[in-house]
Amino acid sequence: MSEYLNIFTRVQVRGPYEPGIPLGRGNWTRSHGQPIFEYWLGKIGDAQIGPIYLGGLGIASIVCFCIAFEVMGLNMAASVNWDPIQFIRQLPWLALEPPAPAYGLHFPPLNQGGWWLVAGFFLTASILLWWIRIYRRAVQLGLGTHTAWAFAAPIWLYLVLGLFRPVLMGSWSEAVPFGIFPHLDWTAAFSIRYGNLFYNPFHMLSIAFLYGSAVIFAMHGATILAVSRFGGEREIEQSTDRGTAAERAGLIWRWTMGFNATFESFHRWGFWFAVLCPITGGIGILLTGTVVDNWYLWGVKHGISPPYPAMWGQVIDPATLVGAPK
Amino acid sequence: MNKAIRASAGALLVLVGGFLTIAMIRGFDKPGVITTQNGYRGVAMGSLYNPALVKASVAANKIPGYLPQLPPVGPKASAVYKNVQILGDLSVGQFTRTMASITQWVAPVQGCNYCHNPNNMADDGLYTKVVARRMLQMTQNINQNWTTHVAATGVTCYTCHRGNNIPLNVWNNAPPPKPMGFADTQTGKNHPSRAAGETSLPLDPFTPFLEQAAPIRIQATAALPGTDDSSIKQTDWTYALMMHMATGLGVNCTYCHNTRAFADWSQSPPQRVTAWYGIRMVRDINNQYLDPLASVFPAARKGPLGDVAKANCTTCHQGVYKPLFGVSMAKDFPELQKLAPAKLSSN
Repeated sequence: MSEYLNIFTRVQVRGPYEPGIPLGRGNWTRSHGQPIFEYWLGKIGDAQIGPIYLGGLGIASIVCFCIAFEVMGLNMAASVNWDPIQFIRQLPWLALEPPAPAYGLHFPPLNQGGWWLVAGFFLTASILLWWIRIYRRAVQLGLGTHTAWAFAAPIWLYLVLGLFRPVLMGSWSEAVPFGIFPHLDWTAAFSIRYGNLFYNPFHMLSIAFLYGSAVIFAMHGATILAVSRFGGEREIEQSTDRGTAAERAGLIWRWTMGFNATFESFHRWGFWFAVLCPITGGIGILLTGTVVDNWYLWGVKHGISPPYPAMWGQVIDPATLVGAPK
Repeated sequence: MNKAIRASAGALLVLVGGFLTIAMIRGFDKPGVITTQNGYRGVAMGSLYNPALVKASVAANKIPGYLPQLPPVGPKASAVYKNVQILGDLSVGQFTRTMASITQWVAPVQGCNYCHNPNNMADDGLYTKVVARRMLQMTQNINQNWTTHVAATGVTCYTCHRGNNIPLNVWNNAPPPKPMGFADTQTGKNHPSRAAGETSLPLDPFTPFLEQAAPIRIQATAALPGTDDSSIKQTDWTYALMMHMATGLGVNCTYCHNTRAFADWSQSPPQRVTAWYGIRMVRDINNQYLDPLASVFPAARKGPLGDVAKANCTTCHQGVYKPLFGVSMAKDFPELQKLAPAKLSSN
C-alpha cells in the first residue's frame, strides 16, 4: 500500500534525451549541450532538464521582471538605510507603497509612490509578455491554448487589484503594496474598510472554487493512483477506450455517491474550478468600494447576515451621547 | 562531484526547512489554550488564555502591601509643612503615609531624595518633584472625571509605575517620515511594528489617535458608496491602534467587537464603550498632563523630538484586561480620589 501513498514516483521517467519537435521559421533555437538528467527530479517528475526555449518574448519578460524586482528591492533596501543585515532581518516587513490618496491617478514624484507605478508597470509588462510566450509556445507545439487561458485567470485578478479597481476608484492608493507582510496586512485592512469581505457573494464563490479545487485535485489524484495498478494512469486513452481501470474508477464514485465524472470530463472540472477561483474573486474585488461600500450592511439589506440575540442589553455608541468627550 | 553537490543541496534543504519550522513554531502557544465564550454561541467570540502565561501574568500583576489608612486627627499637613500644594488638607499622619506610599511605588530604590532636596523638603528645585505634583493631580483627575473608564476601581501611582521611576510602557512621538532622497519616502510603516503586534502596520499609531484626535472610524455606515471616503491606508492606522489595544490588554478583537461587523455598536460587548472612553482618557492625560511638562523634564528624559514620554493602553493595563486584575488600591487612598484645588502656600 505504502508505494501508492508515497510522495515519490514509483517509476523514474528516464528515456534517451528528448530534444522536442522541429520548429518552424520565426522560432529561436533552444538550449543545446549535453543532456542533463537529475535523479531527484525524476522522483517527483521527469528526470530530463531542458531544452529551454527562451525567445524574444521570454527575454523581454525576464528583463521587465528584473527591472520591477530591482525597483522594489532597491526601495526596500533604501528604507533600511542600505544596511544589508537589516535588509535581511526586516525583509518580510519591507514594502514599496503605492502613492498617497492625495495623488489620485496622477503620476506622483518617484519618491512619493512614483517608484510603485514604475515597478507595477514593469511587473505587469513582464506578466503579460509571459502570457503571450505561453500562448505562442502552445501554438508552436500544436497544442490547445488551455494553459495560457488558465494563466489569464490569475492575471485578471492581479489587474483588478492593481489597475482596474484603482482606476475606477480614482486613486492609485487603493492598490496593493509590494511587500510580503504588507500585502497581507493590506488584505486584512481592505476587508475591514469595506465592512467584511466574507459577506461579498463573489468572495464566497471564490472560496468555494478554491476549496473545491483542492478537493477535486485530491479526488483526481487519489482515483488515478488507486487504479494505476490496472493501467489507469493511461487516462486519455481510457477516456474513449474504457478499460477495467476506468470502469473501476467510475464505479467507486457511483457506489459511494451515485455519479461519476469521466476520465475526460474530470479535467474540465479541475480546469474550471481552478480558473473560476480568481475570476470570481476578481469580480468581487472590482465591486468593492466601487459598487458596494460595506459588505456586511449589504448582507443585512439582502437577508444574508442573520441577526443574533442581544447579549448585553443595549450598547450605545458613546459618541452619540450628549456631553461625551470628543 | 555530483554526489557532493547533491549531499550539500540536501543538507541545505534540511537546514532551511528546520529554520522555517522553528520560525513558525516560535510564535505559537503550547497546546492547552483555554477559550472563554464572550458572545452569542456560534459566533466565535471567545477570549483565548494560555494557563501558563495567565499564571505568570497574575504573579506579575499583584498589588503590593501598603500602609493602613490613618484617621484625620492632628494638625493638617499644610499647617506643619511648607509648600504643600495638593495634599495640604490631609493630617500630618495621612500626608506622611501618602508620601511613603509614593516612594514605595515610584522610587523604592532612590527614596525620598528622588524628588526632595534633603536639606529643604519644600524646595521645588528637583524636576521630579514638580512632575510628581502634576502626576498627583492627574491621578485625582482620572479617579474623579474618568469613572467612565476606571469605574470605582480607580488608579494610583502604582497602576502605571509598579516600582519604576518611569512606567515601563511609555511612548514618544516617532520622528516624521524621513525623505530618502531619490528612493521611496518612509511612510511610517512597513517595518516590524512593536506597537501593532509585530505587523508591518504603522509604527506610531499613538501620535494621531492618543495625542491628536484623528478620526478612528473607517467603515462606511451604509451598504452603498457615499457615506465614507476613508482610504485603505487610513485603515492601516486604525488597525494599528486596535492591535495596540488588543496586545496592551491581552485580549483579542472579539473582547470588544463582534468582528463580523466591527463598527456596529449594537452587536458589541459593553467593554467597547469602556475602551472608547479609555482612548479619550489617554488623550486627556497626554494633552493636559504629560505634554505640558516638556519644559520641566531634562532633555535626557525626552524623546527624539523633545517630547515627554506619554501614556497608552499598555502603560496601565500591562497586558491585562483590567490593570492589576481589577483589584482596587485607590479605595484605600481617598486623597487620590478627588481633584484638590491647587493652593500655593508661602514657601
